[in-house]
Amino acid sequence: MLVQNFPFFSIVLAMFSGILSSVLNGKQARNVSLGVIGSTIIMSAAVFFWCLGNGESYTYMMGHFPAPWGNEIRAGVLEGLTALLFSVIMLLSVLGGMRHTFEDVEPSKVNLFFIMIDLMLSSLLALIYTNDLFTAYVFVEINTIAGCGLIMIRQKGRSFSAAIRYMIMSQLGSGLFLIGLTLLYDVTGHLLMSPAKETVASIEAAGRYEIPMLVILAVISVGLAIKSGLYPFHSWIPYTYGYATPTASAILSGLVSKGYIFLLMKIFYRVLGQENVIASRMVNVLFLFGLAGMIMGSVHAILEEDTRRMIAYSSVAQIGYIYMGIGLGTESGMVAAVFHMFTHSATKALLFISAVGLYEVSGEKKDFRSLRGAGYRNRLAGVGFTVGALSMVGFPMLSGFISKLLFATSALQSPHKMMLTLIGLAVSTVLNAIYFLRLVITLYGRAEQVAVKGKQRCSFVFGGAIVCFILLNLFLGLMSQPVVRAITEGLEMFD
Amino acid sequence: MSRRKDNYETSRWRQFMQWLAGEIDPLTAAKVGMIQEKAETLPDEKMERGKVSTLQATPGNESDEREAHSAAAQAEKAAGQAKSAMAAEPWLNQPSGESRGLRLYRRFYQVMSILLCMGIISVLLWTIAYLPIFGNAGNPDNNEVSARYIEKGLDETGAVNMVTGMILDYRAFDTFGESCVLFIASCCVLVLLRIDNDGGSESWKKRQTEANDRIFEPKNDIILQKCACVLVPVILVFGIYIILNGHLSPGGGFSGGAVLGSGLILYLNAFGFQKAERIFNGKIYQRITVSALTFYCLAKSYSFFTGANHLNSGIPLGTPGNILSSGLILPLNICVGLVVACTMYAFYTLFRKGGM
Repeated sequence: MLVQNFPFFSIVLAMFSGILSSVLNGKQARNVSLGVIGSTIIMSAAVFFWCLGNGESYTYMMGHFPAPWGNEIRAGVLEGLTALLFSVIMLLSVLGGMRHTFEDVEPSKVNLFFIMIDLMLSSLLALIYTNDLFTAYVFVEINTIAGCGLIMIRQKGRSFSAAIRYMIMSQLGSGLFLIGLTLLYDVTGHLLMSPAKETVASIEAAGRYEIPMLVILAVISVGLAIKSGLYPFHSWIPYTYGYATPTASAILSGLVSKGYIFLLMKIFYRVLGQENVIASRMVNVLFLFGLAGMIMGSVHAILEEDTRRMIAYSSVAQIGYIYMGIGLGTESGMVAAVFHMFTHSATKALLFISAVGLYEVSGEKKDFRSLRGAGYRNRLAGVGFTVGALSMVGFPMLSGFISKLLFATSALQSPHKMMLTLIGLAVSTVLNAIYFLRLVITLYGRAEQVAVKGKQRCSFVFGGAIVCFILLNLFLGLMSQPVVRAITEGLEMFD
Repeated sequence: MSRRKDNYETSRWRQFMQWLAGEIDPLTAAKVGMIQEKAETLPDEKMERGKVSTLQATPGNESDEREAHSAAAQAEKAAGQAKSAMAAEPWLNQPSGESRGLRLYRRFYQVMSILLCMGIISVLLWTIAYLPIFGNAGNPDNNEVSARYIEKGLDETGAVNMVTGMILDYRAFDTFGESCVLFIASCCVLVLLRIDNDGGSESWKKRQTEANDRIFEPKNDIILQKCACVLVPVILVFGIYIILNGHLSPGGGFSGGAVLGSGLILYLNAFGFQKAERIFNGKIYQRITVSALTFYCLAKSYSFFTGANHLNSGIPLGTPGNILSSGLILPLNICVGLVVACTMYAFYTLFRKGGM
């Protein structure tokens, strides 16, 4: 089947376009990049619907040698859906921040920016589709370096220190992840996920290597948690998201951290075995860190003055939600976590992109009070920001509401964690509301203090991206049933 | 904390009214109590106070990215100190009364970080005691995977050097990823260090003169040049040998490329940029890298595609042991070698003069 080749095509196409872009100029590189992201969307959709229709996942041999010897990738419903949503959000983020990209980046280096975008896309796709632990590590490396490049390409002010912060924390995470993989290889002798899982099952059944298995689980979880910015390891987030160019902020907050979470879920299900993970109580640790992140991220966001750093701290809280869902240790908790992953990707990218439109009409000031009345000066960006903010707070009809509902219902199934989850959700929602509604009220407040620069027309591309983001949010909010069903089916295919 | 409370100006009602009017944000004041128990209270508080003073000094602090104005310099400094306290970095000397708390926090941070590192090290060492004994025949990693690599590797890949067969045939996708890591790393260095001519503006000239150290050239160091005359050809030939013989003897693209690159760097050091640019400049670098990676990508994609769809790739493996054998491995080794050599040389020149 041709469709079965699509995951491989999309990864290699993204890598090839990155290589090709190094000899193109900025505009050509942009067109190549947009074309590749567009075709990735189509191919991921095809993979998703093919897997959904056939009700099965498949593995794809990368080369002439079968599973335990050669590399392999795997595609199922969840992989297809994640790849589809990620590439859609990537396209919209690139389009929405396009003008700023060309302003922030030196003209002769625009093609390098798009190389980073292409390779970022390829690494995200590879993290989603991989069925091989070492392939995952290689693409984690590409992802990290591309992330650093995306942050520092702005070459102004704090973006260098933000990139260094990101690099140090991220390399720490990669290092722990690599140590975990090495230990895992030592006790199983496999790098591909499926044979490794079989060996893990026999090890667990025989009761051997208990301590190494526990350390492997802890080291891999902590490594990927650092890279995705779980609460106590979040210190790089506000700098990274706050000082990069808007497209980079949207991609880093919306997609990159989610790629690592997806990889962690995949390793839980397809290598270590979800029941072993639950039995080891590692989930409880993730649960507690997630809860702490939900509260503390929001508290930090409330204390922020700088709008983008505020949104960045809100990411800490939302990542906390996702880890809380994983930490519940139930099937429905995991579904809620995956759904919230999608919600947060779509919403946070929307917030970063629309915040840019609001900055433009408010004299590019960082303080959120300077945005007073900006909702009137750039109406579309104002509406986009409001929708994003309401979705994060959990307003009905928007995707954030559904994910909060899913978290709450799944909490009812795990009696020991129910009260904590519900209280955490309630407190975090109130805190979210405090800073997001404060922002929204500011946007539509009286604008007497700000010297209003002439009303700028927002470009067609920017407007289109915002509208698509809003529609995506409404889609996730209003038609959540098919998505939730697809996630459930995809998670079942993981075993 | 208590200082805030006996100030009438910050009473709750007053704050509420101000919030309604949009003048202040009461939550910034309320926060101190919220996270009192946290160990990070000190730097947080510091950050908070630094920020408040920043706001007072420059309403709507936007000077973050611009050069600090002399008026805002004080506030910037306070904010900067608070930030570094937040990140628990060593901060500047601070004369105010809060420095004691900061010093305490710094000490606490140092002690905690050392304890944490010791903890991680001891846990990992402890784990090693429970791992299979190194080199034992019954270890889990002596399984069917390595058995097939050893027993059938020669027939299936045609490479006498098993490691090359493994990384460029069995697991070629990972190796493609690795060469992309090199590629994107060199792109990042280009972003950071390449100085582009933007029409001869002042800032460009300044950066150019700062980065350029060619005014000290040519060094004409006789000893270095004579040694280089002898060594460079040998090193280059040796590098080429390692790359071309990668499938027959220990070595391959990565190690051979590193040797080639170091030979080029030695030549550059001995004879200066002017001579080196005659054989290797930015254009050549770009052409070599792009064509090598493109070839790698296309050739391996073809191989992956045929493999996955169970088609015959039609690439002859040749007689094992011959120089022209083992299918795609030889050209792939050449590609990897070129990419590695170019990347090494490019890093060096970028660090020295911000261009090639």
